[in-house]
Amino acid sequence: MSKIYDIVIIGAGSIGLPTAYYLAKSGRKVLVVDPEHGPGQQNNKKAIGGVRATHSDFGKISVCLRSIEIMRNWHEEMGDDIGWMSNGYSYPAYNEKDAKTLQDLMKIQLSFGLNIKWLSPDEYGEIVPGILKEGLIGSTYSPEDGSCSPLMLTSSFYFHALKAGVDFHFNERVTGFVLDGNKVSEVKTDKGSYACSKVVNASGNNAREIGAMLSLDLPVFPDNHEAGITEPVARFFGPMVIDMRKAPGSANFYFYQNHEGQVVFCITPEPAILGIDNRSTSEFLPMCSKRMLHIYPRLRNLKVRRTWRGQYPMTPDGFPIVGVSKEIPNLINAVGMCGQGFMLGPGMGELITRICNNQLSPEDNLMLKSFDPYREFSGEEKFK
Amino acid sequence: MVHDSRITTHPILDVPELEEIGFYWNGNTLKARRGEMISSALIANGISIFGHHHKDGGAQGIFCANGQCAKCSVIANGVSVKSCMVAVTENMIVQSVEGLATLPADDAPSSFEPIEHIDTEVLIIGGGPAGLSAAIELGKKNIPALLIDDKNALGGKLVLQTHKFFGSEEDSRAGTRGHDIGKLLAAEVSAFASIDVWLNSTAVFVFSDRKVGILKDGVYKIVSPKRILNAAGAREKFLRFPGNNLARIYGAGAFQTLVNRDLVRPTQRLFIIGGGNVGLIAGYHALQAGIEVVGLVEAMPVCGGYKVHADKLMRLGVPIYTSHSILCASGKEAVESITITEIDSKFQAIKGTEKTFTCDTILIAVGLDPLSEFTIEAEAAGLPVDSAGDALEIAEASSAMFNGKIAGLKIASALSGESGNPVPEEWYAKAEALKAHPGIIKGYNNNPAEEGVFPIIHCLQEIPCNPCTTVCPTNSINTEDGSLMAVPVYSGSCIGCGKCLLICPGLAITLVDYRKDKDMPTVSLVYEVGNHEIKIGDQLPLVDIDAMPLGKFAVTGVQNYAKQHCQIVKFCVPKAIAKQIAGFVIQPDDVSAALPEPIIPERLADDAMICLCERVTVGQVRSLVRSGISDLNQLKAITRAGMGPCGAKTCEVMIKGVLKEEGIPVTDVVPNTKRPLFIEIPLSKFPDGSVK
Repeated sequence: MSKIYDIVIIGAGSIGLPTAYYLAKSGRKVLVVDPEHGPGQQNNKKAIGGVRATHSDFGKISVCLRSIEIMRNWHEEMGDDIGWMSNGYSYPAYNEKDAKTLQDLMKIQLSFGLNIKWLSPDEYGEIVPGILKEGLIGSTYSPEDGSCSPLMLTSSFYFHALKAGVDFHFNERVTGFVLDGNKVSEVKTDKGSYACSKVVNASGNNAREIGAMLSLDLPVFPDNHEAGITEPVARFFGPMVIDMRKAPGSANFYFYQNHEGQVVFCITPEPAILGIDNRSTSEFLPMCSKRMLHIYPRLRNLKVRRTWRGQYPMTPDGFPIVGVSKEIPNLINAVGMCGQGFMLGPGMGELITRICNNQLSPEDNLMLKSFDPYREFSGEEKFK
Repeated sequence: MVHDSRITTHPILDVPELEEIGFYWNGNTLKARRGEMISSALIANGISIFGHHHKDGGAQGIFCANGQCAKCSVIANGVSVKSCMVAVTENMIVQSVEGLATLPADDAPSSFEPIEHIDTEVLIIGGGPAGLSAAIELGKKNIPALLIDDKNALGGKLVLQTHKFFGSEEDSRAGTRGHDIGKLLAAEVSAFASIDVWLNSTAVFVFSDRKVGILKDGVYKIVSPKRILNAAGAREKFLRFPGNNLARIYGAGAFQTLVNRDLVRPTQRLFIIGGGNVGLIAGYHALQAGIEVVGLVEAMPVCGGYKVHADKLMRLGVPIYTSHSILCASGKEAVESITITEIDSKFQAIKGTEKTFTCDTILIAVGLDPLSEFTIEAEAAGLPVDSAGDALEIAEASSAMFNGKIAGLKIASALSGESGNPVPEEWYAKAEALKAHPGIIKGYNNNPAEEGVFPIIHCLQEIPCNPCTTVCPTNSINTEDGSLMAVPVYSGSCIGCGKCLLICPGLAITLVDYRKDKDMPTVSLVYEVGNHEIKIGDQLPLVDIDAMPLGKFAVTGVQNYAKQHCQIVKFCVPKAIAKQIAGFVIQPDDVSAALPEPIIPERLADDAMICLCERVTVGQVRSLVRSGISDLNQLKAITRAGMGPCGAKTCEVMIKGVLKEEGIPVTDVVPNTKRPLFIEIPLSKFPDGSVK
């Protein structure tokens, strides 16, 4: 007794949910299968909510520009508040090398038409009052980047997807596939089997495992990141602040004040902590708070409310893997978002919808080159 | 207007002379006592509204008095703090938090100290009856242990218990007052060299790397224990009713902290919800603090607490409304009145039975939940963990002491590699007996001839308590079957010493003496509400066990017992009523009079708030539940219920209640994912300066 779907999406997360919504809106019959008990329960809810288009390649820039447009207009168009703020991103540089890297990158970003500028320490101090000026050379500032609540956006996507007719099967795990020739004809789960014409693999941390079921080797390796959130206070600084310097135990760290007034912060461990482990460690707060208070002493009286751990499903070169499988021509992989699934999500959902509906434009094809599943994976993202 | 809500005289507690200091509240100069918490200083000055919520402008004030929520936040010298956890200092500038607090522009560079790491065999979280009793067992075996408590004195909730304890003298010091027991246990613990005690120390989290973050005197430390004993106690349940977001609604723990620890009077007129021991005792403590207790509602047909506690309250003049529930609380910003209603056997309100009483505070005492987070996280981290006291199972402190002792012995044995169970078999039986719920109620079971002198035991319900049997010098009082639980019966040769009167925790024994006058015997009653206030000649309305009036009589004798903090008050009464007399009324009738017309709420029950931190209503949650969501994480993601400063400590149980009402099986409910920290701590506490 299998039901027939146009598309089965594996994963109700940052990528799966928008994809489901846009596909359903385009008239497709969609099923989303997720082993968790609700939408966005894996890494989506762990995202800190920052959204930037100021990347270094055409693909990410284009997808995120569209995401920003969708998020910025969401409240008005979809009726749900998602806490969007165009609060911008900033990368303060405390050494000449970083300043040069950032300024070189800015040239590329400007060439893509992005709104980004270089601020002097004093100018930067106006949007981040009290930031450490000692050693500060300057900072990038991209005011059209922003942030919104992953929890609110995900809920909204979920309810709109339900309204658009998407079926969601939670607490259900994909166990295998029935192939007809080289194409998937059915998606098998621990609870049933679903005939479909296409499959979207948007399974986040589980990407590799799902790929293996089809004898595909998807190079997606989750690593652990820890984050925290404080009590809310009256707004006192504007943009996301990213300190890209390395320190013992960490590669970089970043924080911003969200729409509720809470400061959300996160650190990138170095060396990376591979695997999936959502348990909190005693090392995170001492390490992260030290770095934060060093460059921003004003944060000292903020009370930490919660910390958590999630994963960045990383690829070897830091770029997502999105595209039609050559081996399984009705499988679209959309995995390895490298911790940027939330900001890529809405734009990516539309792009995957166009893939599924065979409506790719030349520009889409150019974007997808950045995410080509069959690339060499030898490059390294200019800037993360 | 000078407003002083300080308790200057108390029948049980010493009122220390503390230095008076000045501080500022929203620009006005007020007086505080050196060392007291900001919240208590404000309450002493008659201030109960500490700010307004940034989401809906709702009034905020004291709620948990325990550092767990943030409802009492104020701005102290520019920084937002929990006023119940920060002591007021001379000339401190305190301001209300109106909306979101502004972070002070404190831009001085930070310097970082290395974090101290400490190893210990056993970490005991909580220095209450269970934790102290466990520490004593560990101390006896010379096992190194670290006992932490978030308060500035040991004793836990014992500190707040001014009443005499139940249980047995041998196993739980029955007959001794709780706060005295706390001191005795603390003194015993401090004598052991192997037990280290950290006061003002809050466990912040048990991390997956088996390390426990502890904030000690404001300094963050990391402790690596081999084992943990969770003796952290319990958390009070909150209740859903329209108006539950008003200021001056809180739990019994907060109330007792203010009244019995800080000696401030947070209310003039109190109404109590819940007839368990906690609610009943809180009512008694209120009377002792000079607070009018307007009434007490209990949803069940009979109070769940000990009958002697309920009797005591009723005799003193506090009405207890059983089979009643709260309909709503009314008031502009804070409680001004309460409306109660009779309920049927299905707990549905019976229309036309509503009664409204003016009161300024509502105390919620509807049960406790074990504080399980330390156990859960320790287990997740693979740290051996035991629990004792309320953290193990909600019961009386007498039981907590005993199962703390058991836990201590077990841990000691486990650490020294002994095999087998070191706990004597009879200890388990005693532990079971001490935590027993009240049993059946019997009639008066002896009717001595009207001659000589003898006690009347107005203790008619089976409860685990027997100090009257062990104190009697002539062994004339025994429980029916000799067990701790059975009802005590007098039979034998009373010498009129009055020891049973003085030791009875329920104040449920009177002495009737016919030796002077057979027709007008002398009845002796124990009284400990006022501070030795009863005088010979006072006309007092006497009542029987059910508070039925027996007429007004003059006091004919008074004996003051300074050490026992009570009086024995004597009356000469006609022999027809002598044996019925169980007490006298001290609270006038008009205190508990209802308004002529009840205030019926216009708001629906679903307008009640389920998450006070994030201002989420029952209705919001219910509609999501009806749309098919039974995952607390998803409910949280959509509504923010549980994302506030208290960390879902208040709302989780209430949300589960809604899920249950909506017919969702418990097995289908996905619990909230718990994350660090257990309580909010400033970022400045965490940096580790040891890494360059």
